[in-house]
Amino acid sequence: MLRRSAALGAVAAVPPAVLAQAARAAPYVNLSAAEAATLEAIVARLIPADSNGPGALEAGAARYIDGALGDALAAQRPAYAAGLAALEAYARAHAGGSFAALAPERQDELLTELEQNRATGFTPSAAAFFELVLGHTLEGTFGDPHYGGNQDFVGWELIGYPGLRLAVTAEQQGMAAALEPLHSSAYDHAQFDAHATAGERHDD
Amino acid sequence: MTTRLDPTDVVVIGLGGAGGVAVEPLAAAGLKVIGLEAGTRLTSRDFAPDELRNNFRGWPHAAQKANREIPVHRPNAAAPDNTRSAIHPMMNGVGGTTLHYWAQSWRLNPWDFKVVSETTRRYGAGRVPSGSTVEDWPFGLEELEPYYDKVEHALGVSGQAGNVKGSIDPRGNIFEGARERHYPMPPLRGTEFTDLMGRTAGRLGWHPFPGPAAVNSQLYQNRSACLYHGFCNRGGCHVNAKNSTAVSTIPRAEATGDLAVVTEAHVTRIDVDAEGRAAGVQYLKGGETYIQPAAVVLLAGYTYENTRLLLLSTSAAYPRGLANNRGQVGRHYFTHNQGGGVLALFPHRLNRWYGLPAQGVAVDDWADDNFDHSGLDFIGGGNLWVYSDQRPIAAASMPTFGRAPRWGSQWKSFVSENADRWVNSYLQKTTLPYEDNYLDLHPMVKDPLGDPVVRITADHKDNEKRVAAFVQDKMEQWFLEAGAVATLRQPVGTMGVSTHAYGGTRMGDDPETNVVDRWGFCHEVPNLGVLGASVMGTSGAHNPTLTAQALAWRTAERLVASWRTIAG
Repeated sequence: MLRRSAALGAVAAVPPAVLAQAARAAPYVNLSAAEAATLEAIVARLIPADSNGPGALEAGAARYIDGALGDALAAQRPAYAAGLAALEAYARAHAGGSFAALAPERQDELLTELEQNRATGFTPSAAAFFELVLGHTLEGTFGDPHYGGNQDFVGWELIGYPGLRLAVTAEQQGMAAALEPLHSSAYDHAQFDAHATAGERHDD
Repeated sequence: MTTRLDPTDVVVIGLGGAGGVAVEPLAAAGLKVIGLEAGTRLTSRDFAPDELRNNFRGWPHAAQKANREIPVHRPNAAAPDNTRSAIHPMMNGVGGTTLHYWAQSWRLNPWDFKVVSETTRRYGAGRVPSGSTVEDWPFGLEELEPYYDKVEHALGVSGQAGNVKGSIDPRGNIFEGARERHYPMPPLRGTEFTDLMGRTAGRLGWHPFPGPAAVNSQLYQNRSACLYHGFCNRGGCHVNAKNSTAVSTIPRAEATGDLAVVTEAHVTRIDVDAEGRAAGVQYLKGGETYIQPAAVVLLAGYTYENTRLLLLSTSAAYPRGLANNRGQVGRHYFTHNQGGGVLALFPHRLNRWYGLPAQGVAVDDWADDNFDHSGLDFIGGGNLWVYSDQRPIAAASMPTFGRAPRWGSQWKSFVSENADRWVNSYLQKTTLPYEDNYLDLHPMVKDPLGDPVVRITADHKDNEKRVAAFVQDKMEQWFLEAGAVATLRQPVGTMGVSTHAYGGTRMGDDPETNVVDRWGFCHEVPNLGVLGASVMGTSGAHNPTLTAQALAWRTAERLVASWRTIAG
């Protein structure tokens, strides 16, 4: 935690300890405390806070996933329950402790075993669970903050996305255009209605 | 409880890209038209710039009729079913998928209508791949040209003509067939990056030009010009600058008083009378069943639903499905060979965060028969398309070109530098129909009403794979010449559920091999017309929508002109 805080402090406007505390203070709605601890530990390694700024945990990706599992991603709830439990069991069996309590380097090794489908005890597979969480972590880090992720627009800042502009000029489409980052959710614009969403990820 | 409604002149099943166009000439002629649409009406308030919702969760096409009947795909009759996709790529709604499509509005090239005869004339017999069921269309481009023209002006299409009455203009597509007049609007603007790509293509000796789009480049029909905000891809337009049928042809048809739109109407069967003529349709709305008698039925669903509704509508006269006594419904199916793109990484920012998929630069030099195939082992080709369209989740989901892992600190450093330095391309390629690529009803999988969904049995053949490899070579050459430091070729993919699905009710003069005649009416059921890309027998190398719309307008005009003959 100290290493992470020190690295964050150099770049974040809000003190990272405050951010992290706020993220952790919010209650999880759909995941149990144990599940949430494991998921937080995963997303913190997939997109870690480092010299390039805050990561997925600070963006609220875990809380985004927790919320979505109650509506748009409800169909994935069983996959999360099974996958998080399988990872915890795998960590205890092969790394001698709870996943969330392992050193970051050891967590990375286990996650690599999932990614490469070498970890056992997962249904249908460790790689499928890894891809599921990685995809949702990207959504929770880089998606519209309306859904609880991308807090303080840390995801958009990381990749240099200049934000929503409802009208864009030719000059603003220049390759080297200097664009002031605009920080708004789609639903900060009164002309749009938010709708309840349902369905699965569909990225083509 | 079944309610039998008063008869009408014409019932149109589906008010999307095709049905939504046909209603305008029908209503303008004073025919009483009832449009049955499974979806609802959407407005610009529904079209938020929200990548997560539009591109990842499938809204607004989630929780729709189409999502309850998603086809199941298998590559061949001996293979098991692939995992069924969770979201149908097309949507229900007044305007259908024209609400959120890319709006690329291409005419087919002259060769696309005469693949068999032109290939044989130029290269001799034996060059059409064996097993293909491809036929020449019953007419050439010149027959469809007036209808392309009508639709371009009725909807509003922006573009740069390349051939007006035989006069070639190198600013446009020099390979296009002759058109009578220019597009109603100049092309969408380019970006600094697409301009760079255009100059590069010119340096290679190719002929780049801006692609046509049903998007306003200027005020048109009192609707706004495009504002290039970047959420057009699977999103509706917040200022109605995208010319879906919902904001163009359908409102004008309704304004005549002769089109009545019924939303959330789920058509379950087409009925026939004792003579085997179409008698009307059955639909569900609000839990009630309605029977809508009509003198003429126009089936205007998407390709899969057109085939399904015919196959579900069995009767004594048509025991194998309506208009299917010759077993042609579901045949000659193919999807556009859209997979197999090429990605590129540049050493500088591209700023593709804004714009739209229709804002880009095209090269047609390697499409269709625009180049000599004498020494090649395939026919056809592909259109190369580079455009300005990027959003943050997709940008961060970029491939790492072998230069970084897929997560962790190294990945994070990589995407922070490169998320705006990579680009995709859209390579639409010739696809042919084959004997063993077809649609039928799935023996096991059903929708919630208990009706079977469509089963797709289809795969790309050698010709399609060779075209894909050839076109990828050209695209890599183009990117590298423009300064890309790395390229990545994507796999061709499957022939499963697609936004560019063709066939099933093919158009042609021979009733033994085609479902509808040259006017779009069923050989076996003359007062039943079919609208949409399901009647197209070839794909060309360009988006299907404008061709489906031109055909729909033509079928509607034919109905008006021959009302007594067709309606009986």
